[in-house]
Amino acid sequence: MSLTSNNINQNELRKLAAREGYTFFGLTVPYLVMVTALIAIPVGWLFYLSFIGRDGTFSFENYERMWKSKAYIKIFITTFKISILTTIICAAIGYPLAYFMSQLSRKWANICMIGVLIPFWTSLLVRTYAWLVLLQKKGLLNNIAIDMGLISEPIKFVHNTTGTLIGMVHIMLPFLILPLYANMRAIDKDCMKAASSLGATPSRAFWTVFLPLSLPGLLAGLLIVFVLCLGFYVTPAILGGGKVIMAAMKISSNIELYFSWGAASALGVVLLVVTAIILFIASKLVSIDQLGSR
Amino acid sequence: MANSFLNRNVSETQIRLKDRIWLYAISFIVLFLLIVPSLVVIPMSFSASQYLEFPPKEWSLRWYENYFFSWKVENGFNDWMSATWTSFKVAILTIVVATPIGTMAAYGLVNGSSRLSKILFPIFISPMMVPIILVAIGLFYFFVQFKLVGSVLGLVLGHSLVAMPLVLIIVFSALKNYDMNQEKVARSLGATRFRAFREITLPQIKFSIVSASLIAFLTSFDEIIISLFVAGGDNSTITRSMFLALRDQIDPTIAAISTILIIVSSGLLILVQLLGNKDKST
Amino acid sequence: MLGHSGPYFTISRVTMENSSLNISIKNVTKKYDEFYALKDISLDITSGEFMTLLGPSGSGKTTLLMVLAGFTNPDYGSVKFGDEEVILKPPHLRGIGMVFQNYALFPHMTVEQNVGYPQKLRGVSKSETSKTVEEALETVKLEGLGHRRVDELSGGQRQRVALARAIVFKPKILLMDEPLSALDKKLREEMQIELRQLHDTLNMTTVYVTHDQKEALTMSDRITVINGGELMQLGTPNEIYEHPENGFIADFIGESTLIPVKVKKSKALIGKTEIKVAQPLSKDGDFLLVVRPEKVFLAPPKKKKDENYFEGDLLDSIFQGESQLLVIKLTSTEGEEQVLRVRIPNQSVTDKALPAIGEKVTIALKVADSYVVS
Repeated sequence: MSLTSNNINQNELRKLAAREGYTFFGLTVPYLVMVTALIAIPVGWLFYLSFIGRDGTFSFENYERMWKSKAYIKIFITTFKISILTTIICAAIGYPLAYFMSQLSRKWANICMIGVLIPFWTSLLVRTYAWLVLLQKKGLLNNIAIDMGLISEPIKFVHNTTGTLIGMVHIMLPFLILPLYANMRAIDKDCMKAASSLGATPSRAFWTVFLPLSLPGLLAGLLIVFVLCLGFYVTPAILGGGKVIMAAMKISSNIELYFSWGAASALGVVLLVVTAIILFIASKLVSIDQLGSR
Repeated sequence: MANSFLNRNVSETQIRLKDRIWLYAISFIVLFLLIVPSLVVIPMSFSASQYLEFPPKEWSLRWYENYFFSWKVENGFNDWMSATWTSFKVAILTIVVATPIGTMAAYGLVNGSSRLSKILFPIFISPMMVPIILVAIGLFYFFVQFKLVGSVLGLVLGHSLVAMPLVLIIVFSALKNYDMNQEKVARSLGATRFRAFREITLPQIKFSIVSASLIAFLTSFDEIIISLFVAGGDNSTITRSMFLALRDQIDPTIAAISTILIIVSSGLLILVQLLGNKDKST
Repeated sequence: MLGHSGPYFTISRVTMENSSLNISIKNVTKKYDEFYALKDISLDITSGEFMTLLGPSGSGKTTLLMVLAGFTNPDYGSVKFGDEEVILKPPHLRGIGMVFQNYALFPHMTVEQNVGYPQKLRGVSKSETSKTVEEALETVKLEGLGHRRVDELSGGQRQRVALARAIVFKPKILLMDEPLSALDKKLREEMQIELRQLHDTLNMTTVYVTHDQKEALTMSDRITVINGGELMQLGTPNEIYEHPENGFIADFIGESTLIPVKVKKSKALIGKTEIKVAQPLSKDGDFLLVVRPEKVFLAPPKKKKDENYFEGDLLDSIFQGESQLLVIKLTSTEGEEQVLRVRIPNQSVTDKALPAIGEKVTIALKVADSYVVS
């Protein structure tokens, strides 16, 4: 069947279709403006600043300094060390809890979920402060231990790596549990039943069927936690007591104390690039559409 | 008695409770450690001593007095009350800014071309993905040029930026679960696009929008890092004041403030949970 | 037909407007990248007609309906309601009533509010609205249920509310997108008749989309068969059934066996046997003989001139309640095995016994019913 080349109303119809497209796009414009004005431009500007040396001219000295300075290297190592440790600990204690919750009935799972969500929505500061108070020299933990005769002198739980780790794990745990739990809930229960009917012991069924199926959620959680740890400021600042210096704290001190925007921006850019790489990997593993089906 | 309880089946694959007791134990411990530390602050805030004992040897409301009457203090010490007021103002304004913008964007994404949506969605999520410290110093630098540092407007802009992705996700999810055909029907019956949205769609997603607003409020109220850099002078937020106090020395008043914050967030969270389930889906 | 008694609708209550509108569709084309959803469709629907758009899923029938409604804009083409070009008009100005497949009732409103919504949009007074809403509900036999909420209704009731909502403002054109597909068989067949009656009573032009050919044959004044975005055939149910214009339509509508036929020099041959065909054979080539199960019968002992005969072995004999289905393997065709189905109505227990499985049988088809398509 050949097509006539009348094309009646073609131009008008094309305009109509375009107008509809513009309307929907137009609704997203205010949001785009906000993001452009408040993220794209400032961060872009910081990117530019990172290439401005102390004398005001274009140079790589900010980046070079990070390579060469021992202090910076230490900061990178500390940041990575704490991030990796936090992530691993979260996975170790978060996975069993998520698994436990995924096997409960809806009602009980929701009740447990409240236990996960309340700390999630409690202010970061409040939680960090709580740990500070619990772990300090005259804090609850030390007092109980001394009262029970376990130790004679208070142990230094805080203002060091230990305290920082404890605090960060507490903050980050919900970030791991939420995507992992969602994934586990969605695993077809019939798969486990099938494995069982085919002769697998519960333990075997878990390792060969359930665990692999839960990996996407686990990976998503791990990446989110890791990325958040890299850029974390508040908790290490308070619980680390100035001894544990992470990248975000250095950025902040560069500005507050030294006004060296070049140095701060450069460090910030490095942080951003590392974050972007990790998130890119994450996006390949977890489709963004999953966010839409809560 | 205990034996039959332990021998109970807890899974369709015939796993017995006693085989899994270790799992139950770990889970309870972890849940305990998640909830309890924050809650410990509550009784401690009533401790009379400077060192915040648990359990308190003497009970007192002095830290609460410190907080509520801090506006009376003249010696330049922490004016907690005005900081709280600032936080509250900014949080309300954040709702006003973030909710409409986020809702419109969600609607545009759901109904617009899917090709565009795939490109736009990551851009919209970016405030959650870019390290917040970078956003904070970027905004600080930016606002210095426009003399917005220490202003309520600056804070509202910064907080809205962080709250909008959450609003977007909540409303987007609600719209995805909603039957858009109803708007089509309304239009076939004579309603304009806008009228169909207002009279048919909006009433059915209103609970999600309210939840999103509450989340926006909470996000703004609890926000620390951007506030650290952008707030200042006359306009400090309660979070900023708390952080600075914590860094310098441990002011036990913070325990009282923390208790109040815990109650406020828990209350809002319960509201959100109740409302979030109320939107009907046919 | 189904044993109902009495009139379905009280005609006197419904005010009739004497003019419904005719629909004129010209050269409507819609392309999605390289895929043609609609290819140059031109179609005229007469005023007051019940027109069904029939086709398999993905054929474009729903797309065409959406173009009529204004929800899908074609790449080019013209749609006129009466004398007015509406292709550029937004849906809410086209004055149509529409029923969707999943009804799309407003769950946050009662039945009354749902049905009254179009009146509210038109600024009709409250008293007039409740009057027309009541009329509409009576028309669909849901009087008294106005205060109910949507989730309290059964599937069949919801369907009627959707209908009432679409007709309450007396639209001149009614569009329906597979409105009965969610109902069970018995209810569906009842509703088919009721919908047709409603159409007759309210004197609207109705465009009805379905993939169920039986439904189309039952309800329509005319049927448009659409496949692959193209208009295959337009005609009355009788025309489409008895004289399908190509193999696809013959296969899609009703049951049929298509037997390959070679035409050479005005002679039609199945294998080596010549058969006589109902229409004049102008061209040579490969054709298909359309054999409908109800049109063939067991050959009587005396051969007649106005019948074609086929020899075969009885493969299977299946009891189907009101009829017996015989499955016969033809021996008169060359090449591929050809299986023919014959439906014999079980009219009376006194009828002659049917052949047994394995027996040789002769099947007859009247020449007048021997119809070939390309």
